[in-house]
Amino acid sequence: MTARDAGYDEWVDALADGRGYALVCPEGHGSLPPRRTCPECGATTFSEEPLPERGTVETVTVVHVPPPQFADDAPYATAIAAFGPVRLTGVLRGVDVGEKELSGDGDDDDDTAGDAATASDADTADDDPIAIGAPVEVGVAARDTDERRVVTLRPATE
Amino acid sequence: MNGVRVAGVGLTRFGSHPERTGRDLFAEAAAGAFTDAGVDRGAVEELNVGNFMGAIAEHQGHQAPLLAEAAGVRCPATRYESACASAGVAVREAVRTIRSGEADVVLAGGTERMTVLDTEAATDGLAIAADDLFEVRAGVTFPGAYALMARAYFEAYGGGRRELAHVASKNHANAVPNEYAQYRREVSVEEALDAPPVATPLHLYDACPITDGASALVLVSDEYAAANGLDAPVSVTGTGQGTDRMALADRTDLARTPAATDAATTAYDDANLGPADVDLAEVHDCFTIAEVLAIESLGLADPGEGIGAARDGRTTADGDIPVNLSGGLKAKGHPVGATGGSQIAELTRLLRGDHPNSGHVPDAEVGVAHNAGGTVASAVVHVLEVRG
Repeated sequence: MTARDAGYDEWVDALADGRGYALVCPEGHGSLPPRRTCPECGATTFSEEPLPERGTVETVTVVHVPPPQFADDAPYATAIAAFGPVRLTGVLRGVDVGEKELSGDGDDDDDTAGDAATASDADTADDDPIAIGAPVEVGVAARDTDERRVVTLRPATE
Repeated sequence: MNGVRVAGVGLTRFGSHPERTGRDLFAEAAAGAFTDAGVDRGAVEELNVGNFMGAIAEHQGHQAPLLAEAAGVRCPATRYESACASAGVAVREAVRTIRSGEADVVLAGGTERMTVLDTEAATDGLAIAADDLFEVRAGVTFPGAYALMARAYFEAYGGGRRELAHVASKNHANAVPNEYAQYRREVSVEEALDAPPVATPLHLYDACPITDGASALVLVSDEYAAANGLDAPVSVTGTGQGTDRMALADRTDLARTPAATDAATTAYDDANLGPADVDLAEVHDCFTIAEVLAIESLGLADPGEGIGAARDGRTTADGDIPVNLSGGLKAKGHPVGATGGSQIAELTRLLRGDHPNSGHVPDAEVGVAHNAGGTVASAVVHVLEVRG
């Protein structure tokens, strides 16, 4: 459980030091370590290219039902953001993900059944903790639950 | 190439049976399949069974010989694991074995015991179908992964929670008459919308339940069916499988599932037909958004159009192409390693005319089953046709 994962853990070390990188094959396909063969084209040589300082959020979720390793973190947000030749998945920090509560918000009042088509998205959509397309920075932090380190994404600072 | 027929199908009631072992569940499904087929268990030449989380849920690896014993067969037996597509892969390999002439009778299906785990442990067990290093360690759960796809889909094509609620409501309605379904009760769109969040934008009724259950199919060659006078009108005429990058972040498009498109293309070509010929489909709706992605991959809706299909009545029981007349994973239940076999069992019943919902598709001749593993890094598609 505590053994390091060669390649991966060195990559997380680098992220923590602000030296995050992607592996890029001669054809320009990005991937993450450990990697011996490019999954897109089969190339076997890579250069370590520094990640751009900022990535762009492509999708996000707020998880309310956690696995045990994130029990004390919930609710928490996970996002996928594009950083040049790769996308990174990380826990989103530095945003509001709501209180730690699990009750349904039951104050739906009027009968919307008749005009369901027009009532639509505004009243049923969940708030995103960060806008799709927003800039983020990548880092490493400790999980609340067990202090193990996780890759994090944070709103980019000016 | 030998043709393949579904001689018989067997299912357990899907639901919460925490005390029942995976082997007992499979024994019941297998017995049902033999009775339905009118085939003696001694005729079985191979056993292919799907199981995903037996090692976690019941501390049981090496399930194949155990399940052969449970079914009362002694023959080469293999357990297949492709996450939630485990049984789909097991069935596909059975089809390939019969086609090759290696065997005339194969028992295929799957079993899964899940409710013995509490929600946290089950959530953890299912999450291992994702990339451990780059997804699970970043908090990606099974609902969370599909939530990321749903959010990306809304961004790319529009639609929202209300359209997904229509998928849930449709599938719950379909499950009501199904004697094997876990949740035989209707859920309104408003009820689905009011449910608490699991992983936004997915809420409770967007997610399939945690389920115990098993499925079994007796698959035979055309020659065997003819020589033994079997009443087996449904043939498996197409099979296809696809693979994608494991982690969502590595996919070309977060709102598409090309592994399923690849599987469907192969299966349609194999059967020498196309999406326009399909009368009904059982698709892998582990989450409501998954049904949307599935029908687009199967070519039953254009990209971006699948989201409105249930709302607009295209995929409802009396729509153009009914989808998940069984109730789907959503309401019938999702014992993950058994689901791929269950879908083909349900399609067979629907096509034969002995399913409680067969009345919605009285003239149906072509059905498609879509079974996905993880976030569709694995996909299996089968085409079933009525052949006299």
